[in-house]
Amino acid sequence: MRNTIPLTFICIIFMLLSIYSVFLYSPVEQNQGIVQKIFYFHVSSAWVGFLAFFIVFLSSILFLWKKERKWDILAHSSAEIGVIFTTLVLMTGPLWAKPIWGVWWSWDPRLTTTLILWLIYVSYLMLRSQTIGEYQKAKFAAVLGIVGFLDVPLIHISVLWWRTLHPKPIVLKTGTPALPMSMFYTLIICLISFTLLYLIMISQRINIEKMKDEIRSIKSSLSE
Amino acid sequence: MKNLSYLISAYGIIWVVLFAYLLKLIRKCDSLEKEIISLKESLSRNK
Repeated sequence: MRNTIPLTFICIIFMLLSIYSVFLYSPVEQNQGIVQKIFYFHVSSAWVGFLAFFIVFLSSILFLWKKERKWDILAHSSAEIGVIFTTLVLMTGPLWAKPIWGVWWSWDPRLTTTLILWLIYVSYLMLRSQTIGEYQKAKFAAVLGIVGFLDVPLIHISVLWWRTLHPKPIVLKTGTPALPMSMFYTLIICLISFTLLYLIMISQRINIEKMKDEIRSIKSSLSE
Repeated sequence: MKNLSYLISAYGIIWVVLFAYLLKLIRKCDSLEKEIISLKESLSRNK
């Protein structure tokens, strides 16, 4: 964590600011009450999940094109973090849904496509744990990482194309955001916090992969 | 306050999962660093 100390410090400040904004600054929503505050971390988790899978998508393309190990490391690391955050989305969503919709889960287009995304990248991680040739494994994973990302735009437009319980976009839409500015600022602060957290995690995760490569190299030298 | 338990559960889960994952990363980094040091010592001894 040493090389991420400045970033960690900034992240902690933004996280504290997020907590303050969520619980003290942003108003209680009139219709949903206090449970609506799940929105800030739920959406932020989704944002990081999608960002992580976008990084997997880009780095997988670069790996297939340039065949350089660094892109494979980035893809693998980002996929793991993306699965963590998408898991958080799938756990916090039902906790918000139950008091508002009356059900923990619905086979609604957005929820279903998000679950599919989670399953795709969980299978990506399972593929990475297989004992097949390293380059072959990386190649298959890269293809899955690219194809899997196609679900992300589908998740976003699912609420526009199909009838859904899930609220339609209130920020990423044409025109001004459809929420009070205090809520909008709170959301922005939470998005920044989570993005900083992603950067810290990806940095550590990449470091782990590099150290594993170094260990393999040293062991190979020792066996000669 | 109505539905407060859902809010607390959601934020509780988020913090627990994120801290657990960060802790896992830190511990893995530490153990790999120690392994590298040990292997480098073996390598220098062999030379």
